[in-house]
Amino acid sequence: MRFALCLFALFVPLSAQTLVNGAGATFPNPIYSKWFDEYHKLHPNAQINYQSIGSGGGIRQLQAGTVDFGATDQPMNEEQLSKAGVKPLHFPTVLGAVVATYNLPGVSSELNFTPEALAGIFLGKIKKWNDPLLAKTNPGVALPANEILVVHRSDGSGTTFIWTDYLSKTSPEWKAQVGSGTAVNWPTGLGAKGNEGVAGLVKQSPYSLGYVELIYAIQNKMAYGRVRNAAGKFVQPDLASVTAAAAGAAADMPADFRVSITNAPGKDAYPISSFTWLLIPSQIQDPAKKQILIDFLRWMLGPGQKMAEPLSYAPLPKLVVAAELKAISLIQ
Amino acid sequence: MTIEPVRGAARSRGFLARLLAGDRLAGAITATFAGGILLLTALLVFELFQSSALTRDKFGWAFLFTRIWDPVAGQFGALPFLYGTLATSALALAMAVPLGLGAAIFLSELAPPRISDALTFVIELLAAVPSVIYGLLGVFVLVPIMRALGAPYGVGVLTASVVLAVMILPFIVSISREALLSVPREQREAALALGATRWESTWQVVVPFARLGIVGSVFLALARALGETMAVTMVIGNDPRIHASVLAPGYSIAAVIANEFTEATSDLHLSGLIELGLVLFFLTVVLNGVARVLILSTTRRGTQHP
Repeated sequence: MRFALCLFALFVPLSAQTLVNGAGATFPNPIYSKWFDEYHKLHPNAQINYQSIGSGGGIRQLQAGTVDFGATDQPMNEEQLSKAGVKPLHFPTVLGAVVATYNLPGVSSELNFTPEALAGIFLGKIKKWNDPLLAKTNPGVALPANEILVVHRSDGSGTTFIWTDYLSKTSPEWKAQVGSGTAVNWPTGLGAKGNEGVAGLVKQSPYSLGYVELIYAIQNKMAYGRVRNAAGKFVQPDLASVTAAAAGAAADMPADFRVSITNAPGKDAYPISSFTWLLIPSQIQDPAKKQILIDFLRWMLGPGQKMAEPLSYAPLPKLVVAAELKAISLIQ
Repeated sequence: MTIEPVRGAARSRGFLARLLAGDRLAGAITATFAGGILLLTALLVFELFQSSALTRDKFGWAFLFTRIWDPVAGQFGALPFLYGTLATSALALAMAVPLGLGAAIFLSELAPPRISDALTFVIELLAAVPSVIYGLLGVFVLVPIMRALGAPYGVGVLTASVVLAVMILPFIVSISREALLSVPREQREAALALGATRWESTWQVVVPFARLGIVGSVFLALARALGETMAVTMVIGNDPRIHASVLAPGYSIAAVIANEFTEATSDLHLSGLIELGLVLFFLTVVLNGVARVLILSTTRRGTQHP
């Protein structure tokens, strides 16, 4: 009897709190942790747990129904959607971008990259820094005759997806030979684990070129280049140009938000940008969890967006926020 | 409940019964634990086998001999990873075994006890260092050295082997030293009495006597080298191609699983990674089996050792 009372006492304080579990992408983990923490402070009886196990893991756990929501850096494809018991809805949360970072001794000015040059380098066809394709867009820069050492991610990553998605869109040869994905069969170069691994190898190896998340490059004060966008302008990657890319793509936004915004139109758009998504089931049985998730989405699209910039994430453009607020009603 | 009329006899019988029951109970419990290990291993193999059905059906044995690893096109072959794992482990053993055995002989036979104890303590401390620390050391210290010595990128198969060699050295030294120390004093004295020099007694009598322990230490080290993930992926270059030079980058089975598992979105990719795990499992089983056979055959030929 006493044991039963103890048990009862143990569960009473918990029953007042609703626990919502999610898992997925690692890239937005800092802002998600911040959001879920702040949201919990505002609503002490709603606790949202998030495990940053990677986009692939998030999608699989959502399909299996072991989590209440997922998160991904790469929109789910038709095959993945068909395997989920309850159809998940995509909700863009913030934006990220990927930059080309390099270690070029003796060159202090920012380099301009064309999509053709980037694809050529990563295909292993442009081998030297003073290649005409690079020299043409960087007049006045004394490019050395050294070989380019290509560094890419070795771990499966949303960053790699954004990078290869961009190269696939701009280079038919890349699309045919390599394609896009979280892990691909790289034609050349060394692999390093994580943004920190790529950054470390680039810093250490003279004449190297790699790609990292914009946030990581900003926080670590790394050298990164401008990239020519679809409008033909060389654009400096920063939060404003990333949001501009989303705004440029917002006009043709599909209703389910599953869109890649690499090589987006708009003269100020940085072309290697991407949304990151929350995956919310379209039908939620538990009314308490459903209420929390809907309320959280509204809050995230409102006050939550203001927390993005201090953490170096680009906030969503207004058009996308408005479309998402409408889409919340699809959750049943 | 009945009360026994003769209390003395009952007590002694009860005690005996209790003792027997306790023995049986303890036997049952420990047998369950031991059986649990067997069950766990069986479950592991079953799970790996089951979850890799997709690639096993699609590629069959060709999986082991194919060089292409292309998650986008859905082409998976284990050969570059098999090569990387075997090459790094073999090179690491080639470096660590002579060094480790030499150090163990010095510590057990030649060094004054105080120095031997202090050094052994430090070596055992090395074994407790997490592998990521060795990886960092490799990235920041060894890679620039290798680049200065002529490796084109600094990272590569040889660099990974050197890091592995340092990591497995403590195992070889500390277990070999124990084995050498456990050789009976009489063996040494007998050799010396027959006119052997100190080195002759060590090399021709003590080391052969302790060879079981030494071989054991080598295979424990090999097991660690085969499965090492973090330190290897940090310095091997993660390039799934087979290059002729050991200075060139490579990739290992454990490293590719750790790298790609979390973001493997297609079922075929996931299945390929799990099959790699199965391959690694069988690789360790086969190598351990070879070690057992090696030990058994040498034991039968020589005298019976403890």
